[in-house]
Amino acid sequence: MLQQAEILESVLERYPSKPEYLIFMLQDIQADCGYIAPESMEIICEHANVPITQGYSVATFYQSFRLEPQGEHEIKVCLGTACHLKGGERLVENLERKLDIHRGETTEDMMFTLNTVNCLGACAMAPVAVVDDEYISSTTPAKLDKSLKAAQQQ
Amino acid sequence: MNQARLELMLCGGTGCRASGSHPFKDALAAEITRRELDGEIRIVETGCNGFCAVGPVMLVLPEDVFYQKLRPEDVPELVEEHLIKGKVVERLLYKDPGTKKRIPLMHDIPFFSNQMFWAMRNKGYIDPEKIDEYIARDGYFGAARALTEMSPEMIIEEVKTSGLRGRGGAGFPAGVKWEFASKTQSDIKYTLCNADEGDPGAFMDRSILEADPHAVLEGMIIAARAIGSSKGYIYCRTEYPLALARLGLAIKQAREYGLLGKDILGSGFDFDVEIYQGAGAFVCGEETALMRSIEGRRGMPRPRPPFPAHKGLFNKPTVLNNVETLANVGQIILHGGERYASVGTETSKGTKVFAISGDVNNIGLVEVPMGITLRKMIFEIGGGIPKKRKFKAVQLGGPSGGCIPEHLLDTPVDFEEIAKVGAIMGSGGVIVMDDQTCMVDMARFFMDFIQEESCGKCTPCREGTRRILQIVERICEGHGVPEDIETLEELSVVIKNSSLCGLGQTAPNPVLSTLRYFREEYDAHVYEKRCPAKRCAALLDFKVNEDKCTKCGLCYKACPVDAIVWKKKEVAFIDQEKCIQCLSCFSACKFDAID
Repeated sequence: MLQQAEILESVLERYPSKPEYLIFMLQDIQADCGYIAPESMEIICEHANVPITQGYSVATFYQSFRLEPQGEHEIKVCLGTACHLKGGERLVENLERKLDIHRGETTEDMMFTLNTVNCLGACAMAPVAVVDDEYISSTTPAKLDKSLKAAQQQ
Repeated sequence: MNQARLELMLCGGTGCRASGSHPFKDALAAEITRRELDGEIRIVETGCNGFCAVGPVMLVLPEDVFYQKLRPEDVPELVEEHLIKGKVVERLLYKDPGTKKRIPLMHDIPFFSNQMFWAMRNKGYIDPEKIDEYIARDGYFGAARALTEMSPEMIIEEVKTSGLRGRGGAGFPAGVKWEFASKTQSDIKYTLCNADEGDPGAFMDRSILEADPHAVLEGMIIAARAIGSSKGYIYCRTEYPLALARLGLAIKQAREYGLLGKDILGSGFDFDVEIYQGAGAFVCGEETALMRSIEGRRGMPRPRPPFPAHKGLFNKPTVLNNVETLANVGQIILHGGERYASVGTETSKGTKVFAISGDVNNIGLVEVPMGITLRKMIFEIGGGIPKKRKFKAVQLGGPSGGCIPEHLLDTPVDFEEIAKVGAIMGSGGVIVMDDQTCMVDMARFFMDFIQEESCGKCTPCREGTRRILQIVERICEGHGVPEDIETLEELSVVIKNSSLCGLGQTAPNPVLSTLRYFREEYDAHVYEKRCPAKRCAALLDFKVNEDKCTKCGLCYKACPVDAIVWKKKEVAFIDQEKCIQCLSCFSACKFDAID
């Protein structure tokens, strides 16, 4: 929580105390901290003038919000239609085996979080995966391996 | 702007960036400086060119020479031969897969020559981060006309004349929608742009925002003027970072130029726009859900009426238009609705942007006149099916669209005609599938998506899609029973008729359309426990067919768990103990030798 406190302060400063800014504030905390801590949720809801249940109802509805701390590196595998046709699902299964986690989870050492996305709109490169912000085109398990290693060494 | 001898329009869209346009650009810029050509040659990083399949791509202007698949290593030759000596570098040109000939000029490449540009007219021709370049191509002239020469009624009349229908999927006439909102009295009205492009396999809105963000702003200004609105929001998905960045920049520039804000162009009209970043929910593409999301709540739809034109965002009159719809508006006002209406069919006017992807050679973005046949789009513009495989079906309209088989490929692209064959125009995703695709598996894939994205508010959609998914999964796993097919049909009708919003009303389409055209595949799964396309792992043996195996070892290399035993000149063997049934070997084998 301590780490979110400072960021939280600047987030609250940016937005008026109105319910329609709830999602903005949650997004900012999410972007800066990687997840929304329970204490942050409480303070944001108070600032937005909404009950805390609304905060959680929103945070659990939209895919981009996380309520748990995330790994240092995020792997996103696209499972849009074009990527499905070209074996995106297999990439995810392969990573699940390799990292010993399920999609949506984080490795025990907090190094990697494995997420799937509906479509990145980059269908020409299917199957697509993104490690942190780097797009991998025509992804293969070998290419992913290389990217994960590179990310780890940063 | 200084006039350069040559302009190098290098694509900086998401696709080309991922295939390496930035390293190429850096190398090119360095070489141009080294050869002291800076004054006469200008590199412009454009938005998405559309031909993502052969990226990174670059267009040389004014010559119209089109280069593809560029690598930093190609720079010295390209600069020496083309930029200095004026000779085209043959090996970097597009090669026609049919004739095997290299085609130097962009306008001669079938991918481009069969297109017609309205919404995407600036793509690849301007730097999307410079408002001056947009203005230099008649940008904001439509808005200027609307604000200084036309009354709101005249604007609405012009848009109605054009026949422009909503490009987000529903196809509602834009002018009529605006008319409703303009007639509602209110202290404040909202103009929204829907850039929450959620359909997997659709990326036209992203590309328009990346290549020409000002066109969308111009459309919003005109729409706002027509309905008398002073405040606008663009609801854009967070998965599109580049589009968001360029939109932000475009808004800033438009404000600086007095095109947004107070008293625009001295007309006394005030209008400003803010970006709202979507938090990730497919259903937010539905208008009432999107509005609830902007209000800071769960994005769940509500029954209509009241329609948003009367009570929308914050209960105020609101119009919501899709990115592509808005990108057409500036040109319609500038050139007149009649000119737009001269293109297209009886009920669907103008052009439509499609994102072609899947098992097709020329993956990318195309804008075609309404009325073009699917066959022309897939085989002439799309360049046909790769790897000498056969066409099986084309999926239109996103997850809740439908699959269209070969014998209906001469269906014209038109809202009504597409609906007749059991699909929807949707936002314009065109996913081509070859003969290795299992249609039952595709139905399962789409139902999985829809079931996951159902917001849960109404029972038919929440429970019904889940039941459909369970049945289709059962069929894929080889546990299907004959009654299943009847149950699927029955459930589909109920969900279609009783769901609250468009998501639920179209949710059963993937099942209905595959049942309609590929019934024999369902039968094979249910009665013979066989997957003809070899996609459903539970119905496969994972054994090598010795007669077909060419001993090439591709399966051996593809196996992630070393379950395949293979030596040179020997038939491969799959160790059933180790095999995890991941299908990697099936995809790798070129000879259909695994059963």
